[in-house]
Amino acid sequence: MNDYTKIIKNGLWNNNQALVALLGLCPLLAVTNNIVNAIGLGLATTFVLVASNISVSIFRHQISKEIRIPIFVLLIASFVTIVELLMQSYFYDLYLILGIFVPLIVTNCAILGRAEAFASKNTWGKSALDGLMMGVGFSIVLIALGAMRELIGSGTLFDQSALLLGDLGNTLSVTVFENYQGTLLAILPPGAFIGLGLIVAMKNRYDLRGIKS
Amino acid sequence: MLRAVLKSGGLLFVFTVVSIFFVSLTQTNTKDVITYNEKQLLIQRLGELVGGYSNDILADKYTKTLKLHKITQVVNIYPAKNNHKIFAYLIEHTYPNGYNGDIRLLTGIGVDKKLLGVRVITHKETPGLGDKIELKKSNWIEQFLGLSLSNPSKKNWKVKRDGGTFDAFTGATITPRAIITATYQVLELLNKPCSLSKKPCN
Repeated sequence: MNDYTKIIKNGLWNNNQALVALLGLCPLLAVTNNIVNAIGLGLATTFVLVASNISVSIFRHQISKEIRIPIFVLLIASFVTIVELLMQSYFYDLYLILGIFVPLIVTNCAILGRAEAFASKNTWGKSALDGLMMGVGFSIVLIALGAMRELIGSGTLFDQSALLLGDLGNTLSVTVFENYQGTLLAILPPGAFIGLGLIVAMKNRYDLRGIKS
Repeated sequence: MLRAVLKSGGLLFVFTVVSIFFVSLTQTNTKDVITYNEKQLLIQRLGELVGGYSNDILADKYTKTLKLHKITQVVNIYPAKNNHKIFAYLIEHTYPNGYNGDIRLLTGIGVDKKLLGVRVITHKETPGLGDKIELKKSNWIEQFLGLSLSNPSKKNWKVKRDGGTFDAFTGATITPRAIITATYQVLELLNKPCSLSKKPCN
């Protein structure tokens, strides 16, 4: 297995930031009450991860050990601010929903974690791939959890996707159960914890298949 | 030792300057679009309550400090004019006693003292229950159209459970109660005509 396939596998599965490292749970649990929010935050997080990984790896020889953490945080915070401004200008409706969670990407430990654990030790190409794969892995979990909570909680899928895709989004929105009364538990924070717990359990179950106790 | 400190300091300085440069660059380039977006949203919201005005409703906005909903607050008032005569007021105010804190509301009142409607701007009510006050979740909020201080009478400005005429939605009583009270209290401002006019009350 060469380095690149290993990076891809780690990001998507073996070291998935949300399922294995259990990092970045604050935004993960907060915005996953529907798919559209999940996709929006997933894209923003992935962008920041890639950008911060690339910049950290480019300057890894210049950044001295003592001040690496403040510099990482500075870089991440700058990228997040830029993403926030871009979102405010081009996806304003989505920004109105995700607004308060976008600045929180700064505190997503997954990003600082990758900067410290990977990007500060590897070339920029590998770091970019690592950022992308970690971001995609994180987004997949966000979307899976979002889908689960939206389906159980409100009986719809891709509701309000017009916020992300414009008019095209209206055709995507599906009402799965007509006249569904909704399950409040799935929409409220406990639903997020239970849902994430189930996904982690399913992943572990899958990984442990075939291994006899 | 000193050299190391200076080197670290210098490095931090360089990174700070570069970061600030890129953030400011983005900010300068997006500033106009963002202001435009914010304005459009406001115009759209105001337009849902009142149409046919000929003035620049955002430019004519004024603020008043009023005692409303048992607190002193700064209220934004947008006067809708036709032929330079005001025919409606759109009042942006905060009701502090929602189920989960502040509810920011936009209430439209015509000069005939009838409601043009109510819209929720921001709220923190329970998703799936209290958020049915949003128009995109339910049309509950539309029932205020045309009502006034005397229609229904004061004792009926309540949810049905409290003996009034308004429906509450399943699972939430406090949120509808809050909107109804807030709307009634805004209408009460009409008893003191100076509270909505641009000139200060004496």
